[in-house]
Order: sequence, then C-alpha cells, then structure tokens
Amino acid sequence: MAFLEVRNLAKSFPSPAGVRHVLKDVRLDVEQGEFVSIVGTMGSGKSTLLSLLAGLTSPDGGTVVLDGKPVTGVSGDAAFVFQNYSLLPWFSALENVRLAVQAAFPDAAAAEQKRRATEALERVGLGNALDRKPRQLSGGMRQRVSLARAFATEPRMLFLDEPFGALDALTRDALQQDLAQLCAGRERPVTTVMITNSVEEAILLSDRIVPIVAGPPASLGSPIVVELARPRTLAQLAHDEQATHARAHVVAALTASMQRRPRNSSTGSPTALSATEPAKASGQA
Amino acid sequence: MKRVINLLLPLCGIGMALGAWYGASLAVSDLPSPWRTWEESKVYILEPLAYRGESDQGILLLAYYSLMRVARGFLLGIAIATPLGFLLGVSSTLTRMFDPIMQVLRPISPLAWLPLGLVLFQKSEPAALFAIAVCSMWPTVINTMMGVRAIPQDYWNVAKVLRLSRTTTFTKIIVPATMPYMFTGYRLSLGIAWLVIVASEMLTGTPGVGGFLWQEYNSLVYAHILLAIITIGVVGFALDRLMGLAEARLRAS
Repeated sequence: MAFLEVRNLAKSFPSPAGVRHVLKDVRLDVEQGEFVSIVGTMGSGKSTLLSLLAGLTSPDGGTVVLDGKPVTGVSGDAAFVFQNYSLLPWFSALENVRLAVQAAFPDAAAAEQKRRATEALERVGLGNALDRKPRQLSGGMRQRVSLARAFATEPRMLFLDEPFGALDALTRDALQQDLAQLCAGRERPVTTVMITNSVEEAILLSDRIVPIVAGPPASLGSPIVVELARPRTLAQLAHDEQATHARAHVVAALTASMQRRPRNSSTGSPTALSATEPAKASGQA
Repeated sequence: MKRVINLLLPLCGIGMALGAWYGASLAVSDLPSPWRTWEESKVYILEPLAYRGESDQGILLLAYYSLMRVARGFLLGIAIATPLGFLLGVSSTLTRMFDPIMQVLRPISPLAWLPLGLVLFQKSEPAALFAIAVCSMWPTVINTMMGVRAIPQDYWNVAKVLRLSRTTTFTKIIVPATMPYMFTGYRLSLGIAWLVIVASEMLTGTPGVGGFLWQEYNSLVYAHILLAIITIGVVGFALDRLMGLAEARLRAS
C-alpha cells in the first residue's frame, strides 16, 4: 500500500453557468519518500487537487488515504508551502516558524521550540535574519522562511503549491537547490507532492512527474519516472538525454490536452489522471 | 515659501470665519461679537484651573470633568463592542441574528437613550455613561466585524495548515489582523462619545463643558455659550488627532 493513496477523487464547484467539474476520477499513488510533481497549465485544477490531498478542502467523491488513515482534515504529519508565502506580517521570521513549531510540538519546552525554529531558519541560510519582519525580506527570503516553517515541524508528508511561482528566475534556481538539499539532508526522507507549471522544475526535483490533462473529454496523464542521479543541476539537465525525453513527454501530454480543450473552457470539463502505472522514460528513448 | 503658505491659508480661513461671526453679531443683537466673547470669557481661559464654586470653574477643569466622563463611557462602550464585533465577524449566524436589531439601535439619538438610562439607573451619572456607551459602541462593533471578515484567506490557510487551536488562531491571527480596523472603530467611537457627552450633561445638569453651556444659556450669558462651543470643538479635534496618531503608530509597527 502506497504512503499516499488517491482513488476516484472528484471535485466540482457551483458557477453561474452550472456546476463546474474541476476534477474527476483522479487516481494517484505516492510511495514513502518519493518526490512527485504534478505539472499542469494555469486553471487546470492543480491547486484544487493539492488542497484536496492536503485535507484543506473536502472532495465531492473519492478517497485520500495517508499512511493508512483516511484524510478528513489537515494531517498532523503534513506541512504545506504556498505560492504566496503566507507568512504573518506582524511576526518576525523566527516567530512565524515558532508558531508552527509550537503547534506541532506543544509539549516541548519553550527553549527547545525556539532552538528548533532557529535551526530550521539557519538551514535555509537565514540565521542572520531571525528578527526581521516578512516585509523586510525579499521574495526569495520569504519563501525560505516558508520552507523553514514547513521543515521545522519534521513533517512526513510535504505539499508544495507552486512554491517558486512568484520568484524571479535566478532566485528560483537557488531555492530549487535549497529545497533539493532540504529533502535530501534528512534522516527520514520526506514524501513530497509538488504542484508546478514548470516542466524544468519538475525534472530537476522529482522522482516521478504526472501531467494534469485537462479535458473534455476527460483524459489520462501518463506519469513519467525521472531516473537521473542526484544532485541534479539545471545545466546538466539541458543536455541530458533522459531529461530531454522526459521534457518532451510531459510537454507533449500538456499540449495535446490544450488542443483538445475548447476555446471557451468556462463550462469546464472533468480532468482525469491516473498515475498508478508509470511509463518509464528511459525505455522509450 | 511653501511653509508660509501652509500656515497662512488656515489663518485666512479662521479670519474669514471670525469675520462672518462678527457680521452675524451686528445683525443679531443677542449674539456677542468675537471681541466681546473674548472679554467676557478670558477669566475662564486665563485661569483655566480656577475653582470659584460648582458653577464657576476654569475651562480646563470643566473640560477635564467632561473628558473623565467620556473616558468611562467610551471604555465601557468598547469593552462591550470589541468582543461583540469579533463574535459577529466570526459567525455569520450571529450576524444574521443581530444585524436587524443593530441597524435599528444605531441611529437612535443620545437624547433618546438618556431618559431610558435615568429610568434604569435612577441617577444621572450612570445614565450618562449608559448613553455614551450605547451610542458610541456601533462604529467599533461594525469595524471590528468588517476587520475579521477582511482577513485574507491566506491567514486562515496558515491556521488550518499549522492546525492552530481556536485560542491560538484568535490571539495570533485574528486579533493582529483586525487591529487596524479596530482602531479606526475606536477613533470613530470616541468622536461619537464626545458628541454625546454634551447632550447628556445638558440634560442632567452635571458639571462639565456641556453642563456649563446649558447653565450659562439659562443665565443669559451668551458669550460663555460661544466659549463652551469653541472648547467642545477644540477638545474634540484634539481627541481625534490623538487617536489618529495612535492609529498611525499601530499601522507602522
């Protein structure tokens, strides 16, 4: 049984033009310690999907099972990183992280909570910015605080919602490497699901990539395994044969679904994705 | 040059207002001119803390009585209004329950509340506090409520994702996020409290700027009425400025 198991997940929203089906028949298995990226275009329902997986919203149908337990709300084992940082502006970087630590380890002594929070910030290179408020930090530094907040609670499951989408290209590169290090440098590997619209980012960080394919009609996105050795760098990916193949596969899946999509997509369409039987990139190269 | 103009323009405005006042005093024989008002009132202003008897005190002393009464009524008002605002902000059920009552109670004049206060409490002092509290609380209730509703979804998500307890969510997220709105409410509430004080002192005859105004009207010393009116205006302006400064500091921190 996979660590995160998603079966027949469906979600629709009421809209002026009738019920809008955002997701339908979503099926996904994520193994313990695996890094899975879900890649899709804007408005394809990726964020909705992640909210469902994390238990932030509840589905209309289907089930999400995390570590054998059905997800009905936000799990204590999970952490979340949002695209827009979601830091509390009235708290310093340290206080923001401490709030998470206090909630995750309520029985720990205050000094211990502070030590954990400080360490988490030091790991992302913000040891000298502990007392700064979010508005005194650059976008990249804010997202580092947000990463520190997520890792400080020692989560077993990590949900990343376009974590670097709001950053400039250079900052994004640096943070992607930071994230890769944070994920790798742990005794117990964290299981991660990341939402992104960048194929390159997905190849850089993931073990497996699942394209979201927007309908109608509902179509399947076949997952692709990325078997490149770590640590990976963007420069290396630019010429690597397997990376090139993975890129082509994902882009082809996304563009195909774009072409099938009607011009007027406001009525929406069910999106299906199945990720239980991954295709291997290397075998088809 | 610009600073000179900035100083000169308000002075021009004040001069014109004094001119209009003077013109009106020529037309209405009972209305004292600005100069006569000064002559007859200067003892109150030059000896602002003098106590010559219950009905004859320096203007600062009178203002102090009024301010103390306002402070108590205002604090009572916001002590009720702030939690009420939070409750209404968090719960749409409560809002739907109490919104009609609030809309009906809000436009009631202090003059209407005062007799009810006298019936309820039998004494003029608590009746005045009641009238101030019940009139001045609404801006705080409404602003606090709006503040809670305006909390961005991001912050609620943080509370959800970190699985914060209700208490922690309230103290660490809801209160700080609502603070600027709350203070705008306090500022408006204080303005209303100051409006109510004059009316309640006039009706109950308690010592203070409003009581003084009514007493001097009954003794036909019209210059003192004008003194009281100007005092009320200046104190009200100063109060608003002070609250404004507190608000600005809060926003900056």
